[in-house]
Amino acid sequence: MIERALARLARIIAGASVRFTAPLEPPERQRVYFGNHTSHLDFILIWSALPAAARARTRPVAGADYWMRGRVRRYLASRVFHAVVIERGATGHEREESGSRHVLAHVRDDTAEPPHVRGAMRSVSAIAEAMGEGTSIIVFPEGTRSMDGALLPFRSGLYHLCLLKPGLELVPVHLDNLTRILPKGEVLPVPLLSRVTFGAPLRMEPDEEKRAFLGRMRDALLALREP
Amino acid sequence: MPRAMSPLLLNPILARLMVGVLMLLVIGTVVGAILAMRARSESAKATVANLNARIRAWWVMVAVFVIAVATGGVGSVILFALMSFLALREFMTLTPTSRADHGVLFWAFFIFAPIQYLLVWMQWYGLFAILIPVYAFVTIPGRMALAGDTTRFLERTATVQWGLLACVYCVSYAPALLMLVVPDYAGGRTGLLFYLVLIAQLNDVLQYTFGKLFGKRPIAPTVSPNKTWEGFIGGTLTTVAIGTALWWATPFTPLVAAAMSLVITILGFAGGLTMSAIKRDRGVKDYGTLIEGHGGVLDRVDSLLFAAPVYFHLIRFFYVP
Repeated sequence: MIERALARLARIIAGASVRFTAPLEPPERQRVYFGNHTSHLDFILIWSALPAAARARTRPVAGADYWMRGRVRRYLASRVFHAVVIERGATGHEREESGSRHVLAHVRDDTAEPPHVRGAMRSVSAIAEAMGEGTSIIVFPEGTRSMDGALLPFRSGLYHLCLLKPGLELVPVHLDNLTRILPKGEVLPVPLLSRVTFGAPLRMEPDEEKRAFLGRMRDALLALREP
Repeated sequence: MPRAMSPLLLNPILARLMVGVLMLLVIGTVVGAILAMRARSESAKATVANLNARIRAWWVMVAVFVIAVATGGVGSVILFALMSFLALREFMTLTPTSRADHGVLFWAFFIFAPIQYLLVWMQWYGLFAILIPVYAFVTIPGRMALAGDTTRFLERTATVQWGLLACVYCVSYAPALLMLVVPDYAGGRTGLLFYLVLIAQLNDVLQYTFGKLFGKRPIAPTVSPNKTWEGFIGGTLTTVAIGTALWWATPFTPLVAAAMSLVITILGFAGGLTMSAIKRDRGVKDYGTLIEGHGGVLDRVDSLLFAAPVYFHLIRFFYVP
């Protein structure tokens, strides 16, 4: 009830039109929906744009340091959106005041693994565990929002998740114009129109190299931008 | 002093106009169905499908408008306020603004637009007429300068100001017609509004129809290839003829009704062409997708933008003592 009302509200605020470039068949298949991170409305909007059958089994991935702070956020994260709440790296290395940083961000490209990377690897396995056999997730592999809405390089959590769950389907979701609706650092949204574009499902190739894979995912997301 | 707006019940003139519109819709629907059966080629089928989508949308729009007018002042003010809001949303989405404009955009949507319609509802003409040309004009650049971003400053200020003028100020002149009390006119205040909207929209439909049937020579090919001399002349003549024939529904003599219809059709055409030029500059065909077959709200009200204020002031100057 509440989640449907909130999803509808988010779509009204963001004036979202939804486009599927390829059908999501079957809708209930386990997938990772990965989007460009532009505002606090992002995951609600992706979630609300999903077909009902897919939405019922899709959970956002959220960072505990932001979403477990304060009663309302905690309620929304755990009861309304059933978020997969993840503790971030223990070093606080990547902590960010706005809390918009998402968990998959924590796996960095370092070859030697400092403590926070090991913590992040724990996060990825926690996500894989929460996904189980049937749950889909929504993630933002950039980890944070840029000030101007440009797409940042992807962190490698997506790659490590695919190593843990071979054959996982990845669906790029491009959010258009949300940076203007609710820019970083603003509280009040301006009701402009936005677009949510779902791309065709992708998979990691066998033996695909990390950088190549992440680059391919990022390009697939960029390709969904409106001309 | 602001006066409260009294609800207006349907009067005989409005009722007759509505029956006329209903008959037009029925005729349009029947013709659309016949054309759909006859269409053979792919392009003809696509055109007819779009035509029928437009006609279906017209039923909804007419129903909404009739309900709004029938509920008197409040209904009309709410309807046009909503249209202004949606139109402004479509306009601002298309025009580039910077991150620093967030505050000003918030003001446009949530302060200036609501106050403008509040003034229409209160019938406070003095402030209604200057809120956006004066008060928005002096506050928007000031607020934007405070935000600190000087890149293309004039362009950004002008965009927000223009959006407010077109989508809020101009559109609000339509429900503002309810402020005008013309002595000895039986149509009531909603009669003036109904006549304006009827003529402006009829002109759109007829220019579209004549353009589709006979259109060859585009008037401004770089702006809108669909607006042709044939469509313009055929549509204008037919609309003025109908507008003159409906003189009994207005406070005008037949001759004045013809002149008023001509003003509405020409300004309607100019408004549509201007909004097309902006769309063309931004590289899109429609402002939105809200109304099936028509595009967005702004695509539908563009013919009212220039016509409404001029029609209002002509009546106010010549007919309101």
